[in-house]
Amino acid sequence: MSTTPDGAHRPDGAGPAHGSAPRTGTRAPGLHVPGYVRDHDTHPPLDYPGYGSTALRHPKRPLTLLPHTLTEITAPVLGGDRLGAHDHDLTRQHEGEPQGQRIIVHGQVRDSDGRPVPHTLVEIWQANAAGRYRHTGDTWPAPLDPHFTGVGRVLTDAEGRYRFVTVRPGAYPWKNHRNAWRPAHIHFSLFGRAFTQRLVTQMYFPDDPLFFQDPMWQSVPDERARERMLARFDYDTTEPEWALAYRWDIVLRGREQTPFESEEEVLEDDE
Amino acid sequence: MSTHPTTPSQTVGPYLHIGLPWPDGPFAVAEGTPGALWLRGTVYDGAGAPVTDALIETWQADPEGRFDHPDDPRGPRNLPGFRGLGRCPTDASGSYGILTLKPGPVPGPGGDQAPHVDISVFGRGMLNRVVTRLYFPEEEAANAADPVLNSIGDPAARATLVARREEDGYRLDIRLQGADETVFFDI
Repeated sequence: MSTTPDGAHRPDGAGPAHGSAPRTGTRAPGLHVPGYVRDHDTHPPLDYPGYGSTALRHPKRPLTLLPHTLTEITAPVLGGDRLGAHDHDLTRQHEGEPQGQRIIVHGQVRDSDGRPVPHTLVEIWQANAAGRYRHTGDTWPAPLDPHFTGVGRVLTDAEGRYRFVTVRPGAYPWKNHRNAWRPAHIHFSLFGRAFTQRLVTQMYFPDDPLFFQDPMWQSVPDERARERMLARFDYDTTEPEWALAYRWDIVLRGREQTPFESEEEVLEDDE
Repeated sequence: MSTHPTTPSQTVGPYLHIGLPWPDGPFAVAEGTPGALWLRGTVYDGAGAPVTDALIETWQADPEGRFDHPDDPRGPRNLPGFRGLGRCPTDASGSYGILTLKPGPVPGPGGDQAPHVDISVFGRGMLNRVVTRLYFPEEEAANAADPVLNSIGDPAARATLVARREEDGYRLDIRLQGADETVFFDI
């Protein structure tokens, strides 16, 4: 697949000002650093009429191309001190166990060159099994669960792997359109190793019957890209008489290949 | 080289507050740190209404223009007590505030860049983050020579990135849409 930056095809009219972006490593005096691929084709447009709240919250002017400088190729190096003892296990954060189907959600975080993204913070939040968030703004008549907060944090390991234990979230109604329901999902937030890699997204479950009417799911223009938000049922990771399991791999943007990239880095690309 | 397609972005939605804010999020440095200053502002939507459920993240160099990161070719430098990252949800008035240090100039492809802070804005109704930069008003000469600022042709648009000095820091309001829309970047 081509990694040539090409924002001109963005359907939202808020694409980059330059149809064909210059490479970030153009030779000139100063410090050149390898940039990251631009993956506009993957993402939903900021202006998406099917999701009503985008109307007043999307820029109408074309985005300005930002070359990737040191500020954009770096990111916070966060340590385990951000993590609490039970942040990886959302079923053990209270005295009792939450209601619902216990699941393991795990996967690997890699970049688009296949390199694992190690030691990066993964944060999740979700509704409980009845589809209700522990949030003052969520007031629909489904029960709160005194034993479920719905928030988790882990750092990926040296191979970029993460693992949470939680309960399967329920679907819930919202007011975007008549009889609107969100498919069951878990919110994910990742830093990656560069500001360019920062990603907030949602993980969905296979065979959800609600995708057909969900503008979030449908806002991703390419059907194959939508599928990349879908976890797969992972029988091999289920734990007998204890928990079902889903695997969801996450791919962040990789490095742009420039003549300035060292040979060593190219050799590291093992996939 | 094989290329794996990336995972799409989705909105943080209305319930981000249970998952993303940290108690120390707004404090890139602790209160009382010499040189600490507040970066404050209000996020507005296209109708001029404050956006009360957004999340602001800032990322910046330290006062010497260095990063605590292995990809900085000058080597990582850890300035104890300084995180580089600020994270703050907007409040009931649409406002954010991050306590930090002023960054130094950062080397760039065309020479030094003016001191700047990268800003991400996440929110309900935003299927992806938007990214902007904050520049400092007293850095007139550095700003005039900054390649990113200079890539913005319209002086009024360029001005949306330059913060205003306040008593204990700087203010940069962010307008997601409208006549005085903030300049956002294709990152």
